[in-house]
Amino acid sequence: MNQRNPAISKGVDWSLIWIYLLLVVIGLLAVFGATYKEGDPIFQSFINFKTDYSKQLYFFGIALVLGLFILLTDSKFFPATANLWYAAGIFMLLLVFPFHSPIKGTESIIKLGSFNFQPAEFCKICVALALAKYLSRPDTDFTRTRSQLIATAIVVFPAILTVMQKETGLALVFFAFFLVMYREGLPSGILIIGMATGILVVSTLLLEKNTLALILTGLGLLVVYSMRRQIRRDKSLLFKIVALWFICVGIQRFGVPMIFKNLLAKHQVERIYSTIGRDVPAEYMKGEPGKPGVVAVNTADYNVKQSKIAIGSGGAFGKGLLKGTQTRYGFVPEQRTDFIFDTIGEGFGFVGSFVLLSVYLLLLFRIVAVAERQRSVFSRCYAYGVAAVFFFHIAVNVAMTVGLAPVIGIPLPFISYGGTSLLTFTILLFILIRLDADRQMVLR
Amino acid sequence: MPVFNQSRSRIIRLIFLVAFVVIIVQLFYLQVVSSEYSKLAMNNAVFPKIIYPERGIIYDRQGKAILNNTRMYDLMVTPAEVKNFDTLSFCTIMSIDTAEFKQRIRNVVSKNNSRVRPGVFEDLLTPQMQARFEENYWRYPGFALVERPVRIYPYNVAAHILGYINEADPKDIERSGNFYRQGDYIGKSGLEATYERVLMGQRGVQYWIKDNHNRLVGRYKDGVLDTVSVAGRGLRTFLDIELQQLAEKLMTNKVGAVVAIDPKTGGILAMTSGPTFDPNELTGSDKNKNYSRLVLDVAGPLLNRAIKGQYPPGSTFKPLGALVALDEGVITPDYGFPCPGRYNLCGHGKPACTHAGGGHAANLRLSIANSCNSYYSHIYRLAVDNPKYGNVKEGYQKWKEYMNAFGLGIRLGVDLPSEDKANIPDTAAYNKEYRGSWNSCTNLTLGIGQDRMTTTPLQLANAMCIIANRGFYFTPHFVEKIDGETDDDTAFLNKYRKKHKVLTHISDDAYQSVIDGMQDVVTMGTARIAMIPGIDVCAKTGTAQNFRVIDGKKLELPNNSMFVCFAPKDNPRIAIAVTVENAGYGATWAGPIARILMEKFLNDTIQEKSEVDLERISSTNLMPIYLNRLQFIEDSTRARRWFETTKDSVYLRKYLSIESQDQQYPNDPLPQGQRRVELLAILRDEKQFRKPTNQLLPG
Repeated sequence: MNQRNPAISKGVDWSLIWIYLLLVVIGLLAVFGATYKEGDPIFQSFINFKTDYSKQLYFFGIALVLGLFILLTDSKFFPATANLWYAAGIFMLLLVFPFHSPIKGTESIIKLGSFNFQPAEFCKICVALALAKYLSRPDTDFTRTRSQLIATAIVVFPAILTVMQKETGLALVFFAFFLVMYREGLPSGILIIGMATGILVVSTLLLEKNTLALILTGLGLLVVYSMRRQIRRDKSLLFKIVALWFICVGIQRFGVPMIFKNLLAKHQVERIYSTIGRDVPAEYMKGEPGKPGVVAVNTADYNVKQSKIAIGSGGAFGKGLLKGTQTRYGFVPEQRTDFIFDTIGEGFGFVGSFVLLSVYLLLLFRIVAVAERQRSVFSRCYAYGVAAVFFFHIAVNVAMTVGLAPVIGIPLPFISYGGTSLLTFTILLFILIRLDADRQMVLR
Repeated sequence: MPVFNQSRSRIIRLIFLVAFVVIIVQLFYLQVVSSEYSKLAMNNAVFPKIIYPERGIIYDRQGKAILNNTRMYDLMVTPAEVKNFDTLSFCTIMSIDTAEFKQRIRNVVSKNNSRVRPGVFEDLLTPQMQARFEENYWRYPGFALVERPVRIYPYNVAAHILGYINEADPKDIERSGNFYRQGDYIGKSGLEATYERVLMGQRGVQYWIKDNHNRLVGRYKDGVLDTVSVAGRGLRTFLDIELQQLAEKLMTNKVGAVVAIDPKTGGILAMTSGPTFDPNELTGSDKNKNYSRLVLDVAGPLLNRAIKGQYPPGSTFKPLGALVALDEGVITPDYGFPCPGRYNLCGHGKPACTHAGGGHAANLRLSIANSCNSYYSHIYRLAVDNPKYGNVKEGYQKWKEYMNAFGLGIRLGVDLPSEDKANIPDTAAYNKEYRGSWNSCTNLTLGIGQDRMTTTPLQLANAMCIIANRGFYFTPHFVEKIDGETDDDTAFLNKYRKKHKVLTHISDDAYQSVIDGMQDVVTMGTARIAMIPGIDVCAKTGTAQNFRVIDGKKLELPNNSMFVCFAPKDNPRIAIAVTVENAGYGATWAGPIARILMEKFLNDTIQEKSEVDLERISSTNLMPIYLNRLQFIEDSTRARRWFETTKDSVYLRKYLSIESQDQQYPNDPLPQGQRRVELLAILRDEKQFRKPTNQLLPG
């Protein structure tokens, strides 16, 4: 108790708080711009809790109160209860299975009165804390494979539960935590293998089967030729290269088709192909029985097209708040939540988008800087966890609105409309600020 | 704890940076480099609503509106609002069945690609339907009446002159360089087509914002980009609508044409073509049905015979022949020809003449009054064989130039679309037919307006203007002035305000003797029927042979009744050409028609005798009988084609059921295995035609 600060503001990183406030205000404006109806009295609508921007304003208030509470908490509380958080998070995720509400397209939401609660969203905080806790344990030696596997399990378990709730997008967020593990010493080979696999999968989708196989074979021969000296010394190297070639061709020939045919749902296949700008090939089409390949009305494709039109028509300087025809007149779907970036892009143009992205980048860099100044491994790991989650959300959300990533429904931090997501991101950030305020302490 | 792996923080920052740069590059491409997205957004969200102006009004010479605008109503439906709906009673009101109702709603939805945007359920409601709907308006949510301007012809006449409008077809749109759009109305014929740019006015555009359901939600940029529509301007014509009505009444149930021109201005006072139709049939809700009926009618009610009918002028040509011969100096007004009743100088004794001897062609005036065929055949020969041209081909060439100067064989340039030039054959045509060896005997009957020469009624009326004016004419036209005339309009109208002094070089004496001769025609010759007390009328009758190929046989049909005239002699105010197909002598039908019209125009009233004639003529049906046969061939052939392409025998059945009538022709049994419809399309009974005359009849 002697560690308690006389003022809660002591040691608090104000720059993070200012950035946070700025982003939430931008978010309020964006939600306002996307949902304001011509002729409504602006002030009253902001107060009456009926419009989306009004609700967002109240959530902002709740978030601020919550943030204040977190700042008032003892920073030791978080490492001490991290595992408890995780247990609670997993418990809630499991509760979803029997108690989820019948909302179309998802099985991840529990209805509490008029409030929709999505445990998968909340679980990010739990995983961030639990992972930090595990990595900061004195007896964790992260160079050992066993520790790496345990850390992976902490991350992947909730992700699997989320996939089972038909929220693939939210599940993918958990993979962002690999960035934390990378920072803590996960071999960089894994990162490289991950990226190489990504490139292989994308080329499988883009290129014709046999062409790609030929290219891979050519690459393999090139490697063999350039390494002929080493191979002469060590024959097993040749075996390894051939094995690698086998794996690559295997993925390309059978792995990807198997995933597309058996694992992915129809809309996911469509979204992925929509992103790379191709029609879904006949073999992956999942039409109704007897009606093969009824994918003529491709909503994902429509959404991305309209979103690109909205952003593109903003031009360099934008049309101004409330002047965007695309976002104002309902052409962009889900524009207050997943496609909220369109409102910025159309209303404020390239300049506005650039400024917003710069603010986000500033936030991320600031978090990384904050992370690196921690003396406590727990705080550092947690900070990287926050940075990774934010990064994943921002990058994937914006990339999806400009047509660079498949449409997976994840919100833009602090800006998208939605109580759960605003509160989750606020809690994530304010725990970090709380931990950072006590950076002189070594927390376990 | 020692800070190991710290270098990795840099890599993580780099990953962040690279991701953001990639996104920003894509943003830059979308927002700054590519311009297509703003256009797409405009297409998405901005709807240019065309505001159609009222079309211009057409007035007659006394300022009466003869083509005006009225309001009709389209029944619009907003499919999404059609709820709790009494479909059955609605269908009863609209006289449709429920399947049709659903189909139309579906059409509206698919046309607009929206359920919430209104579309046309039925256009141009009949007044009865409109009244029925308005009484029950409150019972049918989602339906509303929308006003729409429609053309109206208050006098029900002048269909060929005024023309009609209809939706622009793809060809119109292409020809206009995409000025017109799908659904725009455009003048399709008559003055509506010629003066389209004047009458249409200027379209306005309102820019509306629409949402993703295609609903119009507000004005784009508060309407600063909008343009107002400007109403079409009016046309002031020379037409005398009462004269026009009279002419159309006279031409009831006749095939032919009447053209009346004011020689002093070239202004057309009346122009009618029989058979005609009520122009109001091509406006309003039944216009498409009416149009197909008119198109399929073999009598050709849509054809303006005044400018497209090509008739041999027959004896009406004789005054022109006389003027040519006089001007060429091959005869004088005193020139006489001893006609024995036929023309023998070419060896075959043709053409024959109604009169024989008695000095009926002792001079020019007498020859015109008695319409001597020998005289005019001979002076034609004298003109083309004129020694100063060396040979007949040069002489004929010269003669053809005269004809062209008289406005024959050329397009006069009337302000109606698709005028025909008819035919004055050139030497090449004769060279081809007779392999270069022909002489003035070969086409001898050109001198009496036959052979291969044809003229349109408009050309004949115009030729009368030239004679009446003694050598000049104004291009016949309808429009005298355009309201708010612009420079472009003036440039267009100037060609009608220019005096064409084509034949002023012919001497006054020549004109005088021909005009005197034409007066004699009325006072003592073939056209005494055209006499009007107190007015010196100059005229010429004509009776022209004509042939028609029907069912592979060339048939000689009853003669065309022709009449040309102008009056008064010394101060000509009206020149008329009348053609009535297959009606017989010129003096029987065409003559009285011209007289009644002259009386009406010059005296503003018609004499008692003419009232009787008017009733007699207008109630006489002179429609050629062969039209029935033609119609039958056309209809049965079309039914047959329809059956062959669609295997739908609905139309064909009607013709097959005539089988019983076939029993009336025991001499012509059906060949084995032949289709009955083919047999029906062959002409059997030539007796249904009036017996053709064998000899040429002078007028």
